[in-house]
Amino acid sequence: MAVAARTRSTLAATGRAAADPGIEAPWFARIPTGVWLVGAVLLTMPAYANNFVLFQVFGWSFILGIIALSLMFLAGYGGMVSLIQMTVAGLAGYMVAILGPSGTEQISLGLSWWIYLPVALAVATLFGTLVGTLAVRTEGIYTIMITLAIASAFFYFTRQNYTIFNGYNGFTLVRPPDLFGVDWRQPVPFYYLSLACAALCYAAVVYVARAPFGLALQGIRDNARRMAALGYNVTAHRILAYGFASVLAAVGGVLLVWQNGQIAPGTAGIPAVIDILVIAVVGGLRRPIGPFIGALIYVVLSSFAPDILTAFGLEPDRFKLIVGLGFLAAVFFSPDGVLGLWDRWQARRARRPDPLTGKVP
Amino acid sequence: MSVLDSPAPSSRLASVGATAALELRGVTRMFGALAAIADVSLTVRPGERRAVLGSNGAGKTTLFNCITGDILPTSGTVRLFGEDVTRFPPYERIRRGLRRTYQISLLFPGLSVADSVYLACRGVSRWRYSLLRPRTGDPLLMRTAELIEAVHLTPARDRLVSELSYGQQRQLEIALALAGAPRLILFDEPAAGLSPAERRELVEILTTLPRHIGFVIIEHDMDVALRVAESVTMLHNGRVFKEGAPDEIEDDPEVQALYLGGAHG
Repeated sequence: MAVAARTRSTLAATGRAAADPGIEAPWFARIPTGVWLVGAVLLTMPAYANNFVLFQVFGWSFILGIIALSLMFLAGYGGMVSLIQMTVAGLAGYMVAILGPSGTEQISLGLSWWIYLPVALAVATLFGTLVGTLAVRTEGIYTIMITLAIASAFFYFTRQNYTIFNGYNGFTLVRPPDLFGVDWRQPVPFYYLSLACAALCYAAVVYVARAPFGLALQGIRDNARRMAALGYNVTAHRILAYGFASVLAAVGGVLLVWQNGQIAPGTAGIPAVIDILVIAVVGGLRRPIGPFIGALIYVVLSSFAPDILTAFGLEPDRFKLIVGLGFLAAVFFSPDGVLGLWDRWQARRARRPDPLTGKVP
Repeated sequence: MSVLDSPAPSSRLASVGATAALELRGVTRMFGALAAIADVSLTVRPGERRAVLGSNGAGKTTLFNCITGDILPTSGTVRLFGEDVTRFPPYERIRRGLRRTYQISLLFPGLSVADSVYLACRGVSRWRYSLLRPRTGDPLLMRTAELIEAVHLTPARDRLVSELSYGQQRQLEIALALAGAPRLILFDEPAAGLSPAERRELVEILTTLPRHIGFVIIEHDMDVALRVAESVTMLHNGRVFKEGAPDEIEDDPEVQALYLGGAHG
């Protein structure tokens, strides 16, 4: 409850400060203590976590979190459940592999990072925006279907096209550029790289959600017809939201190909597309932190569940079963994901009678 | 109400009076074989206050929907401030100074009062796609605060719309219609469901609107409608049945029989 109140009163606070300048606290003083704590723990993580945890658990969580964040932005603020975000990420990854250097030398052009990086982000963003242009003309289940159809078309296209996407084999040995003499694929540098990107994307979504663009998107989610009656071009606004979300997904895709060192059709296959939806829903679609919580849960499960399953004498690749049961439990018990459980726990704690006075606040 | 006296681009037009604020020519809208409105012609001068009366199903809300572009007429033309907007999408008409309120409040349950009104002010300004948050001292934030004050919602400004009472939601509807620089507002039964005290407040808000703002009001409460309107259009079965000054219409025996009969039927 407290969190919800905080997020919704930002504009009001700005308005009050406008009427009475001098009472507004500086921006860093308005950041809650919890954020400082989480930030401090994340920044000092390399001091007490091993390389597997840094690179595989947190690195991957940040990447999946960024891609799921782009879905959260569309679904949570725009009411549009898009299954294209993983494909946008995959296309960005493919562009890095095709334009930059890779082990597949007969296709990869080996251009410099300052060419392939902006081009990869631009191409993926353009693609995501074009898909959005088609998808915004539909609602609800049809948005899901049309984006899923394009996602599976992309998967089959990359698997069958050998001239550009190298078909089934994809690209191997895709490495991040050695900027500033750092090997960015080493666990600690990659941890900080993905942490920085995740923090930036998170901050961007939090900021834009309270800017006119994000507010109008939430207005469209609540009541598209009324927004049109206030002078907003609802279709254009939704398409631009796809564009914004595509930038996030593309950043996630570039990190993903650097982390894996390779990319193949399966990177953006249907299971991967569905996983992003599961991550966003399990974490919670209401606030931008949800996708990162969902991603961490997903990664921890998929990293450690095989060991646990083996201990019980089950096939290790059954970890998806656990993920699936978790998803089922989440949508069944808390449609708002883990965030919803947290909110409810906070609300219940706030209602508990005071132990000294016995009064209910 | 001085806050509503914003400089309007139409004030000069209003004094000239050459161009109608709203002009309908032979507007017809079919739903299947049924004509919700048939061959409706209507002219509203700039700054004029017009009431549209008629029993349930007379086509009043369909008429509004055709004016705002929520639905397109089957035939006929709609002109706003001299411009043919028949095929324009709603937001293009809104940007030309048209506003409306809805019979059943259409609001944003997930947004606060302040955010809703701010969005309404933004909708007709440039930079409505801005990714930058408003700076402290943004004139639109000031304007937002003034509008909230004008409809007596200041104590509720930070509340979510879904937490507002029915009466407060009706007040917010009016604030949204007054945002920007409206020149013609369509009020769809603004008094429906209000208490007598709230009705008096509404009449006061409507009668003290700046003179350059014209409006068309659909209202079942004859008391409210005839108090705020300067002219009346009577619809019956989708057609214009009578037009005239409020007292003429009120005294017309034909209208009385029809309207009372229809309202009870």
